[in-house]
Amino acid sequence: MTDIAWIDPLLRSARPQAVSALLRYFRDLDRAEEAFQEACLRALRNWPVNGPPRDAVAWLTLVGRNVGLDDVRRGKKSEPLPAEAAISNLEDAEADIAERLDDSHYRDDVLRLLFICCHPDLPAVQQIALALRVVSGLSVKEIARAFLVGESAMEQRITRAKSRVARADVPFEAPGAVERAERLGAVAAMIYLVFNEGYSASGGQAHLRVPLCDEAIRLARLLLTLFPAEPEIMGLTALLLLQHARAAARLDADGAIVLLDDQDRTRWDHDLIAEGLALVEKAARHGRPGPYQIQAAIAGVHARAARAADTDWRQIERLYAALERLQPSPVVTLNRAVAVSKVSGPEAALALIEPLADPLGSYFHFFGVKGGLLMQLGRATQARSAFDRAIALARTPAEAAHIRLHVDRLMQEGQTAEKNFRHSVGTPRPGSSSA
Amino acid sequence: MLYAFLCCHDEAIVNSWSKEEDDAVLAKRHRVTERIAAKGKLGPAVRLMPTTTATTVRMGREPLVTDGPFAETKEALLGFYLIDCDSLEEAIETAKAIGRDERVTFEIRPVRLFAPKGVAA
Repeated sequence: MTDIAWIDPLLRSARPQAVSALLRYFRDLDRAEEAFQEACLRALRNWPVNGPPRDAVAWLTLVGRNVGLDDVRRGKKSEPLPAEAAISNLEDAEADIAERLDDSHYRDDVLRLLFICCHPDLPAVQQIALALRVVSGLSVKEIARAFLVGESAMEQRITRAKSRVARADVPFEAPGAVERAERLGAVAAMIYLVFNEGYSASGGQAHLRVPLCDEAIRLARLLLTLFPAEPEIMGLTALLLLQHARAAARLDADGAIVLLDDQDRTRWDHDLIAEGLALVEKAARHGRPGPYQIQAAIAGVHARAARAADTDWRQIERLYAALERLQPSPVVTLNRAVAVSKVSGPEAALALIEPLADPLGSYFHFFGVKGGLLMQLGRATQARSAFDRAIALARTPAEAAHIRLHVDRLMQEGQTAEKNFRHSVGTPRPGSSSA
Repeated sequence: MLYAFLCCHDEAIVNSWSKEEDDAVLAKRHRVTERIAAKGKLGPAVRLMPTTTATTVRMGREPLVTDGPFAETKEALLGFYLIDCDSLEEAIETAKAIGRDERVTFEIRPVRLFAPKGVAA
């Protein structure tokens, strides 16, 4: 057997669990990572000959632990290395460690590894980079590419983040219920950050960031496997699946944003939608709504509509109102206003966002929505100035281009309106001889 | 004799396949199942959603409903039903009705793909 392509996905999917278990053993992130790396190298030599082990995580953990110990021994110049075969074919030891990995320690191990990456002192970008490097095992080069920075700059950031978390000293004892819930919340937020970093990308280089969305979904599913009865983790996973399902329809051939209303819904991934909806329903049975569940439910309402016109905006408005009660924020209110505009008209929505001018004074979407509402009300001059403000605040060229489209439409409509007006009062247009 | 073929694989790996890799596996299988279908010997084919979508109903004096897949190792898969339900709630009630007065456990898992004649239309 010379083809070893099958090994890579095995190593990739075993990584979070194996590194977590090695971290508990060595209590040192660098050593855990190095031990895992070495175990992978041995797997690449051993597995093509002997076939894959029954439990890849257990094999890699056991071998990683042994090579880690060897390194320590070698440092002390004592015993020689054990023969390769001695550690590669120990069915009993493998079964033994698999059993120990199955208990709740193992669940807390993975949670701890993820939690280490969410250190509150770390800026979001460093949290994401650290998680992608340590937990997902993406190369520094891959991560640098996703963040559109140089490899050495990213290497530096990750090194700095690592030394920061090394000093943080997250305890290794099994956490209590409250502590565990807090860790779970922080980890969920970090996974959502990873996803958003990939999702909010647009423009010519957007495709470079899709791996971030894939990784976030992989981490969310892993977390849900470990905590199968947590409705908010179901909600988080559902939210990512439902949003990612639209990926293919979100950007046009030039990388410009296509709004939900205008997306070709046949290009949505209906397998991901079905899975997301199943999780939303499963979470709802618990009767413990939370922000991720509600946001997933909102994404679910959009996903259920075969055409934009079929969207149940009343339901979306109710869900945003529920989210507002649970997690009040001007951005949530802004989103509710969009639903209100569909249900009760632009006037009501405009009244709702008026008080947001201050907190959202430098928020691109605020001015985009405001401009849109004013446009619907025929207040073209005010709409124009809101759109201009939005363009000035756009974070990506695609966002700016999208607003310019509105402005163009406004100009055209304005000209048409002007023409109609002049026609009706019989005033010739300046410079026009044909009228 | 009818045989059921239960597909077992490491879920973490299957979940990490890209859409292209996934499609390639299905296409490869399709080339084989197509020949079986041509002989009229292929029954329904089903692909389940990930185990994270599973709900388990364990029958006893009081039926116990838990999140997640059926995880016991001493019990074995003995058979299955395919039932069209309007909601997860209805599916759970159906499981309780079928299993009444038994010690059976049902894992309820939404179906991702259902091809009644084995191959997608």
